[in-house]
Amino acid sequence: MAKQYQYVNKESEVVCIKVEEGNKVSFVPIDTANTHYAKILKQVADGDITIAEAD
Amino acid sequence: MPTNINGNTGIDKVQDGTVVSADIATLDASKLTGSIAAARIANNTIDSAHIASGAVDDAHLATGITASKLTGALPAISAASLTNVPKDVTVGGRKNMVINGAMQVAQRGTSSTSGGYATVDRFFTYIESCEQLAVTQTQSTDNPNGFGSSYKLDVTTAETATEANDQYEIVTRLEGQDLQHLQHNSSGAKSVTLSFWVRSSKTGTYCVALYKRDTTRNITSTYAISSANTWEKKTVTFAGDTSGAIDNDANRSLDISWKLLIGSNFTGTASTTWGSTTDARSANGHTATWGSSTSDDFYLTGVQLELGSTATDFEHRSYGEELVLCQRYYQILVDGGADKAVGTGFYWSSNEVDMHHRFDGEMRAAPTLDHVVGTDYYRMSSSADSFNGFSGIQYTTTRSCNMYISAYVSGTAGYTSDIRSRNADSFIAFTAEL
Repeated sequence: MAKQYQYVNKESEVVCIKVEEGNKVSFVPIDTANTHYAKILKQVADGDITIAEAD
Repeated sequence: MPTNINGNTGIDKVQDGTVVSADIATLDASKLTGSIAAARIANNTIDSAHIASGAVDDAHLATGITASKLTGALPAISAASLTNVPKDVTVGGRKNMVINGAMQVAQRGTSSTSGGYATVDRFFTYIESCEQLAVTQTQSTDNPNGFGSSYKLDVTTAETATEANDQYEIVTRLEGQDLQHLQHNSSGAKSVTLSFWVRSSKTGTYCVALYKRDTTRNITSTYAISSANTWEKKTVTFAGDTSGAIDNDANRSLDISWKLLIGSNFTGTASTTWGSTTDARSANGHTATWGSSTSDDFYLTGVQLELGSTATDFEHRSYGEELVLCQRYYQILVDGGADKAVGTGFYWSSNEVDMHHRFDGEMRAAPTLDHVVGTDYYRMSSSADSFNGFSGIQYTTTRSCNMYISAYVSGTAGYTSDIRSRNADSFIAFTAEL
């Protein structure tokens, strides 16, 4: 099952990125020291993934 | 023999052997000038009172002083007076830069068919290409004397034909701020020694490497597994790098990797000295064909990286110490089951619950929240307000975050309750791995 990526907004600000894979849900903070976030940025830059807008 | 009388002054010569001791006056020092033949001194008659203080020099000491002469309290000896002590050996305090080197801590579980971080903390498997290879990783109780655990990899599907870009290895990563004493990028760059215990069903020559991510430089070495299915201790010393600074921060700076399955792209260029990383420098000298059979396994424990060119005994730390060190990178809040405490939440509004959570010690970076969701997996217990999972995290720092639920819940603003897990699969963890 492929991972799904989506921005999460709260009070009109992006607070994290939701990564969903089946019943496993992760929230990645917007912080370049977080290796998940850094990897997501690279995957986006490489065109490997896209991040859906927040609901 | 005639006796000569010398006028009125006395006897000038006496026949040899004829003066008895009773007829000799007390001898004063003036009569004892010159050397006394050793034969004239009775054995074992000179005591310490007849040797001038400080008069016995090195040349008059027998070679070597036996241990029996060194019993009791020894005098203090200045470190400056010691010689032949291995340079840079840490004789006190913490010396092992590797966390969980004895594979004691396995917060994620003891067995997994997944790659990456899946069982023992701080160690993970990295795979590139390898279309067929499947491996089960385990925190094993098979270990050499003096250790209680090891990291085991067991091939369940073999890589039948190793291709040029295949790569499979064990890796552990270290923060730059913990490596400043290596003094890289200076003329005083320090050597480090890596020691570890390995056991494998597959003999051969294996590569082990250091990689500095800040400046993409690496160095490699090889070791031999010479006896199948037998624990062996290996020691490798890497020179200091006079180039390539290590950043003084909390980010990934040094990888230690044990190469297991390596394609030809990664072995072609000598890399036993520090240099800019290329694919061909990644695993030079590796010839073992691990992973080509389902009989292949690999065990690792007792991993120690220390300053200097000597491998000293492994620094055993308690489970509690290692756990705290590991929790800087990964920590679990809830691991399955009903009625496990998650925290205390409050209704921020009628349809939002907030739960402020403080981590168990400061984490390396603002962590990712990982959790398993499902119908009514969690609940505000007092109000029986169940929810499937959290909606997000905010205000996340290395110390704390706010976990909130903005779906499923409905209550009175300001109302407070403890939050509990409700399902055997409920799971919440925080990850700040390198």
